Amino acid sequence: MQFMLLFSRQGKLRLQKWYVPLSDKEKKKITRELVQTVLARKPKMCSFLEWRDLKIVYKRYASLYFCCAIEDQDNELITLEIIHRYVELLDKYFGSVCELDIIFNFEKAYFILDEFLLGGEAQETSKKNVLKAIEQADLLQEVSHHEGSRFVD
Amino acid sequence: MPAVSKGDGMRGLAVFISDIRNCKSKEAEIKRINKELANIRSKFKGDKALDGYSKKKYVCKLLFIFLLGHDIDFGHMEAVNLLSSNKYTEKQIGYLFISVLVNSNSELIRLINNAIKNDLSSRNPTFMCLALHCIANVGSREMAEAFAGEIPRILVAGDTMDSVKQSAALCLLRLYKTSPDLVLMGEWTSRVVHLLNDQHMGVVTAAISLITCLSQKNPDEFKTCVSLAVSRLSRIVSSASTDLQDYTYYFVPAPWLSCKLLRLLQCYPPPEDGAVKGRLVECLETILNKAQEPPKSKKVQHSNAKNAILFEAIALIIHYDSEPNLLVRACNQLGQFLQHRETNLRYLALESMCTLASSEFSHEAVKTHIETVINALKTERDVSVRQRAADLLYAMCDRSNAKQIVAEMLSYLETADYSIREEMVLKVAILAEKYAVDYSWYVDTILNLIRIAGDYVSEEVWYRVIQIVINRDDVQGYAAKTVFEALQAPACHENMVKVGGYILGEFGNLIAGDPRSSPLVQFNLLHSKFHLCSVPTRALLLSAYIKFINLFPETKSTIQEVLRCDSQIRNSDVELQQRAVEYLKLSSIASTDVLATVLEEMPPFPERESSILAKLKKKKGPGAVSAGELEEGKREGGEVNGAERPGDNAAIASTPSPSADLLGLRSAAPVSAAPVSAGSLLVDVFSEAGPAASTAGVNDDGFLSCSSALSSAPPSVVSEDPAPPLPESDELLNKFVCKNNGVLFENQLLQIGIKSEYRQNLGRMYLFYGNKTSVQFVSFSTTLNVQLKPVDPLVEGGAQVQQVINIECLSDFSDAPLLNIKFRYGGALQNLSLKLPVTINKFFQPTEMSSHDFFQRWKQLSQPQQEAQKIFKANHPMDTEVLKAKLLGLGTALLDNVDPNPENFVCAGVIQTKAQQIGCLLRLEPNAQAQMYRLTLRSSKDTVAKRLCELLSEQF
Repeated sequence: MQFMLLFSRQGKLRLQKWYVPLSDKEKKKITRELVQTVLARKPKMCSFLEWRDLKIVYKRYASLYFCCAIEDQDNELITLEIIHRYVELLDKYFGSVCELDIIFNFEKAYFILDEFLLGGEAQETSKKNVLKAIEQADLLQEVSHHEGSRFVD
Repeated sequence: MPAVSKGDGMRGLAVFISDIRNCKSKEAEIKRINKELANIRSKFKGDKALDGYSKKKYVCKLLFIFLLGHDIDFGHMEAVNLLSSNKYTEKQIGYLFISVLVNSNSELIRLINNAIKNDLSSRNPTFMCLALHCIANVGSREMAEAFAGEIPRILVAGDTMDSVKQSAALCLLRLYKTSPDLVLMGEWTSRVVHLLNDQHMGVVTAAISLITCLSQKNPDEFKTCVSLAVSRLSRIVSSASTDLQDYTYYFVPAPWLSCKLLRLLQCYPPPEDGAVKGRLVECLETILNKAQEPPKSKKVQHSNAKNAILFEAIALIIHYDSEPNLLVRACNQLGQFLQHRETNLRYLALESMCTLASSEFSHEAVKTHIETVINALKTERDVSVRQRAADLLYAMCDRSNAKQIVAEMLSYLETADYSIREEMVLKVAILAEKYAVDYSWYVDTILNLIRIAGDYVSEEVWYRVIQIVINRDDVQGYAAKTVFEALQAPACHENMVKVGGYILGEFGNLIAGDPRSSPLVQFNLLHSKFHLCSVPTRALLLSAYIKFINLFPETKSTIQEVLRCDSQIRNSDVELQQRAVEYLKLSSIASTDVLATVLEEMPPFPERESSILAKLKKKKGPGAVSAGELEEGKREGGEVNGAERPGDNAAIASTPSPSADLLGLRSAAPVSAAPVSAGSLLVDVFSEAGPAASTAGVNDDGFLSCSSALSSAPPSVVSEDPAPPLPESDELLNKFVCKNNGVLFENQLLQIGIKSEYRQNLGRMYLFYGNKTSVQFVSFSTTLNVQLKPVDPLVEGGAQVQQVINIECLSDFSDAPLLNIKFRYGGALQNLSLKLPVTINKFFQPTEMSSHDFFQRWKQLSQPQQEAQKIFKANHPMDTEVLKAKLLGLGTALLDNVDPNPENFVCAGVIQTKAQQIGCLLRLEPNAQAQMYRLTLRSSKDTVAKRLCELLSEQF
């Protein structure tokens, strides 16, 4: 995987993770282009598209789009499930996660992602093991009160 | 109040985020941010030492501001301080900041690396993981230098915790991707392979990504992984859905690991060991069988995970391309998906079938789905799916279904999305050419293309139809008739006018017998479009008109009338004006015989790679067009035209500017026919034909302006010995490294033009010596430090003599041959020596290869003397297209999708000498920021690598 972007329906970037070295300028350009492209797509369309020489895999959860760029030989469907597993991890950690959780606790979203994916590859796919690692680290932290719609029923 | 984390959560941060969210305008947001930045700055600068918590909070705020898209230019030091905190959460925020906002400040990097080093040796697994995550996230060269030795040790050490092993494996992968030269293979490599047997599924999942990447580049060292991967896969595939506990995902056992295992196997050919192979085939069959079983869950996650494995298995089956039974089963499975209600599956099935179509075992099976695919092209609502359908139609096309597929693609073009039209046009043009049994169908198809999607018909496409019509006399009459009819349309596309002008100019006589298309009718039809056309098209039409005068003497007065009118002869465009003037003059003073010679029908084009195929390859990368297609494309185009003999380079009214006029080709096309040079599109011919041809030909009627006498004194060189090479001769030589034709040398007296062509180890070079003065050159002689045929000793004023040199490359060489030219001009002896632009790269044969092959060969050439490297400043703007053109001109194959960094260029070729063949690989890494290049050459022969490196470093 080359990068992962989370952005809202309004096009606001909520999380960005880059697994290839790019300049800030290039990152901004890519983000702008992709957000535009993905938001322009209609609901029932296919979750994959070709973009430059990459394959884009995206899925919308409530108000948030999760969008990954993978290389030619990478598997689209398994990437779709990478997104889903990440959503599940967030959901489990925050307790029915919504966009606001990711805005206010962006650092946690990054930490969880790092436990799950490293260097663009799946590091640990067991939900239990990932959450164990995160919870071990912040026993002191506890999350309260959530607003917004849920990602997972 | 929105969600706020409590406990040790940073309240100040939450308040700040809330504030930002409440800002009503962009300005308000910026104001709030600037206020916060000022606050943080003062806190960091203040005398009072900040406690860890405050530091963490402010660093986190800075990070948030950065992620909003604002620049952050301070706070790095504070973040680095956090790295050495004892509190985990502070350390964690420090690392996060560094990972996101890495700064190449060398002082900081040293400090960061120090902190990482401490954490790596802390033996605290949580700290170690944090440090490894940071390295993997940053992945810079400095970090690779510091840690590429240490991480393999951590990875294979017996007492390393599983979670640390997982991070270490992927961290090493990232370093290997950015700095492969710093990750040295060693004793650890064999132990890494055995991680495939690890009890912990997470460790296997992480390690396999590393193993896959390393295997691609070092297949031999890792080949033991094949049998291990097969047995691991077999255990997973045969396990019950609950066996793997938390690694089972929606009733699918270990889908990520399964996909990665199947992916790893794609780095190798089918296993040789019968037992291993049998086990693997069994796995693949089981996966195919499972696809037919009823789903264990209705959730899309279940079917996605299951199908992800299935598609990866199919990819492996296609990769092996040796099990007809599996290939056909795969094809049938994909056939089912073509009609699935999930758009994603239809998309992937179309995509995957494209590769199946190229296997001889499954091509026929794929073809049975043609109706479904055509239907998808017509009815899919998502353009990306339609695009896949179009790709598949292209891939499954052969002689049996070409007419149907081309017709479907043409009708789709009428409504196709703008984004894919150009590519569709190219594909239709290629299929029409490749499978044309009767060429009238081909001509119809291309003219239809122009009619339907004229704007998207690139030059390559209409040049190609002209090449083919010129080369095949059986279709010329039909082509003339068809374009004539097409031009009747009240509004026709300018490309149609171009094709029409060209073809009627050449073959209008074939339909002139019919009074409905008599010469004057043809002319009036063309001329009725003239005023609506752009300058290049008008220029082309003017040339068509002069051709008409030759074909049909009865049109002469009408056409002269047109040429004579002010809008032509005084046109503000210099090219149009010059043509009008020259053609008018030519038509009024030249005899019919001269006209007939000058305006003779175009000779057949030399056969070369179809220019449109080259264009599609450029668009899609080499993988899109197989080598077989290229071969076929060459065979079917028409006869190969032999190179022109010296002396009969018939003159034509020349067009000194390199304009895109096909009629200007007469003297240029045959000689510049380097059939193997990948850049030999028609367009190149135009741009190179100009200068050397310009002195050729009819000067006595005075319409070429270069016959004026020069008054300045010629340089007086007295010696009879060959002069030493001119100081600029190296520079002149360098101009020709990446091209074959052009002006080698020019001074006030003499112009020397060169055209050359090379095939394997042989070459032929035409030298044109043009006398720019009005006075004869006498005792004109040339010598070469190799053998040379004598040249005509007299060069008349304003005239040009030609000399041919046949070249054979016996073995590799560094020095170019020296050419000495002597002649007397007005009594004074002129003596000059030049380096003949024959360089070793001229004998390149391009070699296409996959990424895998490239790196394998690259690695084989790893002895220090086999490599030559140079780092140098860019002398020209770093334009990708120009770079590509130069690298193609070099003679090598430019390989796409080989280098992991898309900014880099890699090329491969074999230098053909009589004695031996010398393989060469090239890698050019531009650094746009520094305006520098790093050029690396590897070759089986050290002198060649060195020489190529020298030659090329002057080119960019």
